[in-house]
Amino acid sequence: MMPPHYFLLVAALLFAIGCVGVLIRRNAIVILMCIELMLNAVNLTFAAFANESQSMTGHVFVFFVMTVAAAEAAVGLAIVIALFRRRRTTDVDDASLLRW
Amino acid sequence: MLQLLWLIPLLPLAGFAVNGLLGARFLPRRAVALVGCGSVLAAFVLSAGAVRELAGGRFAQTLFEWLPMGQTPGGSDLTVSWGYALDPLSAVMILVVTGIGFLIHVYSIGYMEHESKGGFARFFAYLNLFMAMMLTLVLGASLPVVFVGWEGVGLCSYLLIGFWYDRMFDEKAKMSCADAGRKAFLTNRVGDVGFVLGMLILFGATGTLDIQGILEGAGSIDPWWCGAAALLLFLGACGKSAQIPLYVWLPDAMAGPTPVSALIHAATMVTAGVYVTCRMAPLYLHAPDAMLVVAVVGGLTALFAAIIGIAQDDIKKILAYSTVSQLGYMMLAAGAGAFSASVFHLMTHAFFKALLFLGAGSVIHAMAGEQDIRRMGGLRRHLPITHLTFLFAVLAIAGIPPFAGFFSKDEILAGVLRAGGESGSPIALALWAVGILTAAITAFYMTRLYLLVFTGAPRMTEETRHHLHESPAAMTLPLIVLAVGSALAGFLGVPEFIGGLPNYLEHYLAPVFGAAAGVAEHAQGTAALSEQAAMGIALLASLAGIVGAWAVYRRGPLAAGAGAAAPGGLTRVVKNRFYVDEAIDAVVLAPYRGLCRVAAAFDERIVDRLVNSVGGAVDLASQLGRLAQTGYVRNYAFVFFVGTIAVLIFVLQ
Repeated sequence: MMPPHYFLLVAALLFAIGCVGVLIRRNAIVILMCIELMLNAVNLTFAAFANESQSMTGHVFVFFVMTVAAAEAAVGLAIVIALFRRRRTTDVDDASLLRW
Repeated sequence: MLQLLWLIPLLPLAGFAVNGLLGARFLPRRAVALVGCGSVLAAFVLSAGAVRELAGGRFAQTLFEWLPMGQTPGGSDLTVSWGYALDPLSAVMILVVTGIGFLIHVYSIGYMEHESKGGFARFFAYLNLFMAMMLTLVLGASLPVVFVGWEGVGLCSYLLIGFWYDRMFDEKAKMSCADAGRKAFLTNRVGDVGFVLGMLILFGATGTLDIQGILEGAGSIDPWWCGAAALLLFLGACGKSAQIPLYVWLPDAMAGPTPVSALIHAATMVTAGVYVTCRMAPLYLHAPDAMLVVAVVGGLTALFAAIIGIAQDDIKKILAYSTVSQLGYMMLAAGAGAFSASVFHLMTHAFFKALLFLGAGSVIHAMAGEQDIRRMGGLRRHLPITHLTFLFAVLAIAGIPPFAGFFSKDEILAGVLRAGGESGSPIALALWAVGILTAAITAFYMTRLYLLVFTGAPRMTEETRHHLHESPAAMTLPLIVLAVGSALAGFLGVPEFIGGLPNYLEHYLAPVFGAAAGVAEHAQGTAALSEQAAMGIALLASLAGIVGAWAVYRRGPLAAGAGAAAPGGLTRVVKNRFYVDEAIDAVVLAPYRGLCRVAAAFDERIVDRLVNSVGGAVDLASQLGRLAQTGYVRNYAFVFFVGTIAVLIFVLQ
């Protein structure tokens, strides 16, 4: 059995990549993909700890996260399409109407 | 009936509530008039019944504890009850107030017929409120209750002077009717300060605010405090009863509709000061110096206002100055200790001055609003009833027997003479001479008014002349009733030496003015002149005034050039009312306005700037804070991550 810190290291790496992507990319679709990356990094962590502690709770949480992620992707993509229809762009910096 | 005393002020108050709340929207004109006049008539009937039952005694009624303020440190009980008291003095007053008030209410139905329905209801609501407040003032058993009525009538006076608040009153002085109302209200405030202070001194000295209690304890008050209280109360009376130096508001109070001038500024409210002075008679008798001040101020006011009255051209202004002058007469009588003469003149004056004002209203009504007597003349033919009733009033105020004014004026002059005989002081004799002179001047300017309005060639425009008409019955009937009163009221107080009739009023009032009456009886023999001679001199003075005016004015008003033949200052000075308004403006109001400007500058430059800089500081902080709001989700997310990491480090440490 593999020690859990291998999983955790991979999860942390994935999370960091996702996080940096959210912060520095401007394309809305890429940002959404990066968010998926972060969510899945968390899923990996859940699964690793669940396996380690022989408990089902972590596995159940993984399913919840996946469901929410699916919903989030649906809503997020709908927003991106609406934005594209109005603005002909998916650059988030152009969607700053509510700024002061 | 006596038990229903509380209902007398309450009825007009109910009329006020009905007309004020429902009148403008839900009631037809007829109903408004019915409620307005009916409530006053009911009050009059109740008053008459109560006075009949009173039979010269005294009746007091406590309704409820009004201000239970507990014990003062000195141990006196400061609980003010709302109570009414009826004695011969207040009996005379409530009969005059409700009786003449009712006639003027009826007259108003005709006079205000061209008013909009809302204005009509508002007018009657105010009139009814005034009646309620005046009756509270007269019936109040303790000084705070009297003060409520005192302020209430002042409020109604303000509301009714400014009744046509959107009209100009004096184009030349740029004074609107609303300004005139404010002037009356503010001038009265000066006097009210005196009233309140006097009331507090009396409470401090006697430990009660009940009038009966104060008067019973008046003898034991320290003379200095007694004089101070009397003078302060007199200051209040000066404001209300338009005495020097606080009389300036009354001529401008003519901005109100004419029935208001008749009711409030001639017959009732302005006599409140005289009433309070007479009510506190025992107090004044213990303060001879204050009495002297009252007499001198009254005498000077009488003469001064009468002189101004000669040179006025506005029919209502003449009557206003005449009112000031007659109020001065009443104060002179009170100051001389002839309290019942003062009340007698108050009563007859209420009749003939209300009649004069209502007659003037009838003239103004017929002349479509014209008030300048130089543009009248020859109205005798067009307004027969108004003319005849007005003539009655002129004869009454001029002091021609057997009209009412003759007897009351004579009683005042006799009272002053008696006071002079008793004390032997030359001041009283001088005041008597002032009274005689005033009587002559009064006869002069009233005859002038009568001649210029009713006789001679018409001087109005052709259009106005065609419009001339006698007033409706609602206006002429009160005129006739008042004319009868002006002719006959004098017989209530025929002097003893004439005989035939007993002096009803003096005997009726004797229980109230017992002490004062004693003084009068005692001094009878020591007067400088016999009463018959004094009466003859007064009558001669009146006749001289009438003949003089007839000689000067029988051919119409003096042409502008002729009157000012001696363009010398005197005519101009009198015409401009001795520049008193201007003097008050320069001495009192100008420094006050300067002070206001300083205060305004302080407010704008310092207070406002302080407040604004607090706002500016908040604004500046916000400008800094908004820099963090970039609007880029990226930036917010970054902060969010950094924060999360910081929290994690803190928790896991």
